Amino acid sequence: MNQQPSPQLLPYQSAPLLSANGWRGFIVALIVICVIAPVSNVWVPENSPFHLSDYAVALIGKIMCYAICALAMDLVWGIAGVLSLGHGLFFALGGYMMGMYLMRQIGRDGNYHSDLPDFMVFLDWKALPWHWTLSDSFIATLFLIVLVPGLLALAFGFFAFRSRIKGVYFSIITQALTFAAMLLFFRNETGFGGNNGFTDFKRILNIPIATQSMRMTLFVLTGMCLLGCFLIARYIVQSKYGRVLQAIRDAENRVMFCGYSTLQYKLSIWTLSAVMCGVAGALYVPQVGIINPSEMSPANSIEIAIWTAVGGRGTLIGPIVGAFLVNGAKSWLTVVAPSIWLYFLGLLFIAVTLYLPGGVIGLIKKLTGSRA
Amino acid sequence: MSSAFALSSNEAKQLATGETDTRIKTLSQLVSRADESAYRLIKAMTEDSVKIAGDHVLIIEDGKAIDAVSGESSSLPDSAEDVISNNRMRGELEGAMAALRLFSKDAASRMEAAGSLLKEPDPEKIPLLRKALASETEEAIKSTLNLALAAASLGDPDPAIRLHAAKEIASHQTPQTILLLNQRLADETAPEVRAALAGSLREVQAALQWGDKLGVLFTGLSLGSILLLAALGLAVTYGLMGVINMAHGELIMIGAYATYVVQGLFRTYLPDAFNGYLLVAVPVAFCVSALVGAVIERLVLRHLYGRPLETLLATWGISLMLIQGVRSVFGAQNVAVENPAWLSGGWQALPNLILPYNRIVIIVFATLVLIGMALLISKTRLGLFVRGVTQNRAIAASMGVNTARIDTSAFALGSGIAGLAGAALSQVGNVGPDLGQNYIVDSFMVVVLGGVGQLAGTVYAALGLGVLNKLLEGLAGAVLAKIAVLIMIVIFIQKRPQGIFALKGRSAEA
Repeated sequence: MNQQPSPQLLPYQSAPLLSANGWRGFIVALIVICVIAPVSNVWVPENSPFHLSDYAVALIGKIMCYAICALAMDLVWGIAGVLSLGHGLFFALGGYMMGMYLMRQIGRDGNYHSDLPDFMVFLDWKALPWHWTLSDSFIATLFLIVLVPGLLALAFGFFAFRSRIKGVYFSIITQALTFAAMLLFFRNETGFGGNNGFTDFKRILNIPIATQSMRMTLFVLTGMCLLGCFLIARYIVQSKYGRVLQAIRDAENRVMFCGYSTLQYKLSIWTLSAVMCGVAGALYVPQVGIINPSEMSPANSIEIAIWTAVGGRGTLIGPIVGAFLVNGAKSWLTVVAPSIWLYFLGLLFIAVTLYLPGGVIGLIKKLTGSRA
Repeated sequence: MSSAFALSSNEAKQLATGETDTRIKTLSQLVSRADESAYRLIKAMTEDSVKIAGDHVLIIEDGKAIDAVSGESSSLPDSAEDVISNNRMRGELEGAMAALRLFSKDAASRMEAAGSLLKEPDPEKIPLLRKALASETEEAIKSTLNLALAAASLGDPDPAIRLHAAKEIASHQTPQTILLLNQRLADETAPEVRAALAGSLREVQAALQWGDKLGVLFTGLSLGSILLLAALGLAVTYGLMGVINMAHGELIMIGAYATYVVQGLFRTYLPDAFNGYLLVAVPVAFCVSALVGAVIERLVLRHLYGRPLETLLATWGISLMLIQGVRSVFGAQNVAVENPAWLSGGWQALPNLILPYNRIVIIVFATLVLIGMALLISKTRLGLFVRGVTQNRAIAASMGVNTARIDTSAFALGSGIAGLAGAALSQVGNVGPDLGQNYIVDSFMVVVLGGVGQLAGTVYAALGLGVLNKLLEGLAGAVLAKIAVLIMIVIFIQKRPQGIFALKGRSAEA
């Protein structure tokens, strides 16, 4: 990958999107996701060492969704210097939009064989609440996945950035936001299934959801989405717009004194980041098969920040690596030694902030740099 | 009880055997007389220890038979049969026992019996209530009995008696009266009695309104004082030192667990002094939390000053480890912390307003901690140094202040106050590993709202949030109230980003 933001000479020259090595790596990743993984999961026989198990597909698919979140977090935190502790909210909102559509796709196959989702029958509701109006249409759902997190982020960001809330204040307020939303979604009256959320999905686009081919389709889709988001993020960072964002991160007041309206810059990257999280959530729900309000708990949002920090913030590739490292460790440790996991995660937070400010990518750079 | 009304052998037999209707009739006669031997027999019947042999009804006590009528011990013939009571009879027996407890020697059980009669008004119990009233000496029980009597009279078939009772009951201004009046109003048909009932209802409601309002204010103050305790520590670590301590909630939790441990030690080794355990637990909670805080500061925070976002993440990591640590030691379940006797119960300020002692004590405690901290910051040498280091670290250092040590002491102080909050919280809520998580968002809100570095702001914000929360809770329920409060804070910060009390200054980076 390319180097960290380096001092550029004026006038600004646009940097290449990826270096030659970067492009090579990108193509390899694309081939692995779109060709090798499907082949080794579907066509390679199960006893072969090259077989990719269904469990691994589900796990990697899930982690790729997390990686999109980490990437989105890197755009606001690593590039623009705004630490959000509420990104789990946007992730969950995207997930809920998709979940509503999947609930409607169950049709009459639920436990109560009703037109309404089971939990509404349970609450003795007679008709769909207003906010479910569009949930029957897949196209409308796709729009909602982008619009709901996007508009919420836009509105919240506008008020927060306009009154120049920054730094820790902003972080704590975003945490309060996701906390409030969690309490709201826990309520049965809000019409999102309360505690249990949505689950027991049967099909998507009228195709059964729990089949190998559907799993693989979602997997490839998620992978391509991750790579796409990476290119977008990369493009942003290399553009003039991205340079201004980094300047805001390093010295916001100076940028303002230079005549830039930092509000627009911060607001746009913040909203884009929220939309990315929403998309990740929408891809996550059909693969995992459940969405409930605990996804909005402040702890989940802060975990996104640690993936980013572990990988190395401001590097774009780092957060993806971090998401894979931390979540890989999580799914391994919670099986092997569940009580160790929280100690490990806690130590990770402390160790990374104390000893690895550049994350894993920073460490690798340091090691290869010192050797050269 | 006089023996003039003593149980006759005929009655004993009618009670023990025969048609259920006759048995119940006999039972109610016995109850309205409330005499000793009848009480003994009825009690034995509820315990299924009555046998019948020919014409003799025998009570079995400790394997020996006692004649129910004469009270003398008797032989137990092999032919004796068990007395069998069906479910209906059993229900009647339980009710009779409750009524008879009105004449118990223990005042608490008399009070309980009067209360249970009040809940289920029954005109047939009127003679019984009159009798109990005549012999009752305690004022509180007397007033409950009077109310129960009025309530029972409300169901009397004679409208004149009902009318009298409807007017009479207005003098009992308690929440139960409202309940009783509403119940009766639903069944009442006579128009003048209805009018009297409605009039009494209005009168009682008006009288109780004040109590309700004061009650909301008090619970608001109580919540506010808890928030204040939780936030005061943060006011030091965040407000003065600028450290975002996400583990603050866990320091509160540690204080609560320290209280739990002290309580357990007292129960095991000093059961006689159990009521005094809080006096030991409070300083212990302070010291344990302060020590943990000092260790955190030395090992981690020291290296992160001036990097608030990193501090936030590192302290979050610490909080995860503390939670898991407590889970490993004490288990994931909540632990029970028992109130000492002097903290249970409450002060009946108004008929419908009981102020629990533990809440009152917490309000007083929060005030004391606040005063102590204000004095510490403004009057002592440590406070002077802390203020100096916060305002200008370099100058303070060049004046010879050991800034590193001041940092540790100040952070330990803030953590210790969190421990005090934990000791207080253990008296009113559940103590579990997740205790701190419930307070961390709230206490940050208090500090942010109050303005950084402002003790006065913290106080106003905590009390304001507490009262506002409880007021909204009455209108919209607990969850919606909390959400509304969070939204209000976000909007408020739009208007005054530096909190209620902003420090005036020219710094562009403020």
